Amino acid sequence: MATQYAVQPPDEERRVHYLNADYGIRSWLLTVDHKRIALLYLGTVTVMFAVGGLFAVLIRLELLTPTGDLMDSDTYNKVFTMHGIVMVFFFLIPAIPAVLGNFLVPLMIGARDLAFPRLNLFSWYLFVFACLFGVGAIASGGVDTGWTFYTPYSTSSSNTHVITATFAAFVVGFSSILTGLNFIVTIHRMRAPGLTWFRMPLFLWAIYATSLIIMLATPVLAITLLLLIVERAFHFGIFDAQLGGDPVLFQHLFWFYSHPAVYIMILPSMGVISELVATFTRKPIFGYTFVAYSSIGIAVLGFLVWGHHMFVSGQSVYAGMVFSLLSYLVAIPSAIKVFNWTATLYQGSVSFQTPMLYAFGFIGLFTIGGLTGLFLAATGLDVHVHDTYFVVAHFHYIMVGGTIMGYLGGLHYWWPKITGRLYPEGLAKIAAFIVFLGFNLTFFPQFVVGYLGMPRRYHMYPPEFQVLNVMSTAGASILGVGYLLPFVYLIWSMRYGRRATANPWGATGLEWQTPSPPPTHNFDVTPVVTEPAYSYPPIQHVRERVVG
Amino acid sequence: MAEAGHAAPLADEKHGLVSHQFEDVEQQRSAAALGMWAFLVTEVLFFGGLFLAYTVYRRLYPEAFAAGSHHLDVTLGSVNTLVLIGSSLTMALSVHAAQTGDNKALVRLLLATMLLGAVFLGIKVVEYAEKFRDHLVPGVHFHWHGPDEGHVRLFYGLYFMMTGMHAVHMIIGEGLLGWLVIQGRRGRFGPHYNTPVDLIGLYWHFVDIVWIFLFPLLYLLGRH
Amino acid sequence: MPERLFRFIPDQASTLAPAVDNLYFFLVALSAFFSILIAGLLIYFAVKFRRRPEHAIADEHGVVRGGQDPEHGAHGPALALEIAWTVIPLVIVLGIFFWSNRLFFLISRPPADAMEVFVVGKQWMWKVQHPEGQREINQLHVPVGRPVRLTMSSEDVIHSFFMPAFRVKMDVLPGRYTTAWFQATRPGTYPLYCAEYCGTLHSGMIGQIVVMHPDAYQAWLEGAPSGGQTLASAGEGLFKSFGCAACHLTDSPRGPRLAGAYGKPVSLEGGASAVADEGYLRESILNPQAKIVAGYPPIMPTFQGQVTEEQLIQLIAYVKSLGAEEGGAARSAQGASELRKD
Repeated sequence: MATQYAVQPPDEERRVHYLNADYGIRSWLLTVDHKRIALLYLGTVTVMFAVGGLFAVLIRLELLTPTGDLMDSDTYNKVFTMHGIVMVFFFLIPAIPAVLGNFLVPLMIGARDLAFPRLNLFSWYLFVFACLFGVGAIASGGVDTGWTFYTPYSTSSSNTHVITATFAAFVVGFSSILTGLNFIVTIHRMRAPGLTWFRMPLFLWAIYATSLIIMLATPVLAITLLLLIVERAFHFGIFDAQLGGDPVLFQHLFWFYSHPAVYIMILPSMGVISELVATFTRKPIFGYTFVAYSSIGIAVLGFLVWGHHMFVSGQSVYAGMVFSLLSYLVAIPSAIKVFNWTATLYQGSVSFQTPMLYAFGFIGLFTIGGLTGLFLAATGLDVHVHDTYFVVAHFHYIMVGGTIMGYLGGLHYWWPKITGRLYPEGLAKIAAFIVFLGFNLTFFPQFVVGYLGMPRRYHMYPPEFQVLNVMSTAGASILGVGYLLPFVYLIWSMRYGRRATANPWGATGLEWQTPSPPPTHNFDVTPVVTEPAYSYPPIQHVRERVVG
Repeated sequence: MAEAGHAAPLADEKHGLVSHQFEDVEQQRSAAALGMWAFLVTEVLFFGGLFLAYTVYRRLYPEAFAAGSHHLDVTLGSVNTLVLIGSSLTMALSVHAAQTGDNKALVRLLLATMLLGAVFLGIKVVEYAEKFRDHLVPGVHFHWHGPDEGHVRLFYGLYFMMTGMHAVHMIIGEGLLGWLVIQGRRGRFGPHYNTPVDLIGLYWHFVDIVWIFLFPLLYLLGRH
Repeated sequence: MPERLFRFIPDQASTLAPAVDNLYFFLVALSAFFSILIAGLLIYFAVKFRRRPEHAIADEHGVVRGGQDPEHGAHGPALALEIAWTVIPLVIVLGIFFWSNRLFFLISRPPADAMEVFVVGKQWMWKVQHPEGQREINQLHVPVGRPVRLTMSSEDVIHSFFMPAFRVKMDVLPGRYTTAWFQATRPGTYPLYCAEYCGTLHSGMIGQIVVMHPDAYQAWLEGAPSGGQTLASAGEGLFKSFGCAACHLTDSPRGPRLAGAYGKPVSLEGGASAVADEGYLRESILNPQAKIVAGYPPIMPTFQGQVTEEQLIQLIAYVKSLGAEEGGAARSAQGASELRKD
């Protein structure tokens, strides 16, 4: 029994943990403690989320009316571009791996830190450097290529700060690569005695699969962006049809990274959901091995579907057909996860604390996002909906409805562990409902307006689309409130929240067996694992037989 | 899920050889090795993007690529290939010297590797200068006396990107070797601890292998 | 189509539109079914199996020995379930795959008898040329009931020609031709959008497709400005002024004769072969060295930067009309007289 770690010293204030082990700005900026680095990331991605969110507000305000009355076209183009760049590269991709992953991977495997702590800090500095470059690109006038940087617009037509913005994305890519590499090595080499692969919590499987994608796809993005920078600077023609190059080659290289990047965003979130569902039903995840392998399946298949972004870009009909088939195959492992989570509830002991509400929200929104993916993989139908708001709605359901729901759910779930304080439950439940409601009101109308034919990245649009756009803007303002609330009460709780015990949820998992907040070295004694993940006691159901 | 284990063996930590996050030397060594291999995998994909672009355009414009290739200096390219293979040999020998604890040989071999690397880069500078003189550097001054200027420029663009990225890796490698020399002089390496020499050796071999692919693709292919 | 307050689909104005919408409705129904199924199960389980006071709760540290056996190696009913929800979705998606790709092939293959219209995209307008020489900007007039094939190219960046009422969209790329086709079924005016982001006035790069009765279309053709020249005859003028005729009109040792060449296979220097379609002709004008016809010297100069996209279209239309001559269908009397000389 591990009770001896969980017993809080009588005087909680005196107990030394990672937050009070050292004070001062230097102790944070020069830390190699994965938990402190996780908090550094938390601060940075929160700032970037606010920046990206501000651009989202501007987009929705402009689209309230069909005419361009808030800003001119050039400004609008910069606004949606920077919304995309900031949100994708500086929030969605790093959010769960760099914040929750950094904090939890060593705790969950019973290690004292990641394999390469200094490299981890270096990754954060790279990230900050990239953020500064990105914000610099914004401050110096912005960039208007769309976050996809399509050539030849980005190389020979746009006269904005393309190179600065591209360079920022290039650098943030290296930050991701180093983080992913660190996770892979840590999970391979530093698991506590007895923690076999199939005893690992599913969050670790998800992080592992994500790290594989990061390592295999991001270098291709790096070289692609480098080629773009060189092409824009010297015009040697690699992506320029006028000089004999092929602009579509850029799209191939870009999507070879950027489609797997979607899985970089969603897989860790799926891992979080597996943890939440297990804890709040007090049951092992149904079909653990299937869920674990489905993460790897998604990671592998995700590399083979990039061409489905290019059904109407002039690639051959047969290529389109193959990419369509592969895209349908990648839907299967996602479906397996959803069914297994649902089945886990059966004969569980389901409680409805805030993290579980986010898990319900995730499953609902991800289901809709995934199912609308079937529309887009249907080549004959994609011809119509490609590059319309249907696509915008689809990927927001996955990236916002999926990733951010998982991120917020995870942040609430591990908040007691991270800060040693409980968040206010009632307020948090209200916020979770507001987020879910606001999200659907924002993005569901976009499916309809997309099928009606409204193209994406339109500054002005025909008046017939206005009703749906007004609905969307109204929803966005609700969603905004839903995001502001946790921001406020989580900060509030750091000082005024009730003190958390080591394991407030009664969850399994090594991270709950060390005090909250954990000591700098995580575990006083290296734990030994003797059981699979989620070994909860049997649940006694009324008038039903005992399970297990 | 878990129970208390025995206290971690922290004996090695006393020697200052094991970082706090590792249990023992062996775990630290194998983690570092896996890390380097994983890093090299990302490098393969990084260069992979360039090789892909090269393959696509070579297939589309074989004539222009052959013409462009014809203008590269095969002699200098071949000499450079030999120089790099030689540096791989000295690198492998330095790894051996570190393992056997022959510190004197280690430092000498590392210096030899650095020297060969510098020779390679020097020859590369000569080649680049020639190309610059002949207006073969893509940009406003690019000029090609022959048909199909656009695609020849594409060839040279890829030539400079590929060899340039390779050269950047060589320069980083030189820096790492320099650090090894300093550490080696201080007698840091021996049979008990030689992971850095081992891993930087891996990196150096990788960079050589990239050249082994670049050389035939850029200099030899399409030459009759 | 009568104005309705709220619509879920755009006008159906082409032969493809109902087919695309059927697939769409099927997928909407399928999505609704699975969303409701998942949501229903979640809510039902969550309520039925909600936590009750009598449930055994792990101690505060969550450390419980002899817990449930986690279903690691699934077996029995659990395995059957796993297989069921792997195989059933697989069968469904394969069904969608076959359905949608049959449709895709239909959309991608213009009928042979389609009338041809040329489109050039530039920042930020659509330039349209009809074979009879009529030109329009941001408008496309077509007759109802006839398949129309669009051959498209861009002068600058990538655009995308999007006609929601026809459920057709195709990217318009610089440096090559892409094609799209439709057959309008209902007279009226329908929107045209640029769907690929192309810079400042991307959202202003819109226009109208005007679908007309054949009679009205004929009347429009006669009234529309054409400069008095068909595309082919304009191309013929260019063909002469650029000096192409010297090598390409007769059997010359300097260049292959182009009459009848369009659409035929060509054997190239080095043993390869190519089909002389629009893309090949385009490349041969702009980058003559790329593919040399077997038996001819590589002496043709490039016309890159000397011909505009619209002139290219005219030249190609002329070369095509030379092919039609060979087939016997007189289209350009002058072209025919040129041919008789050799």
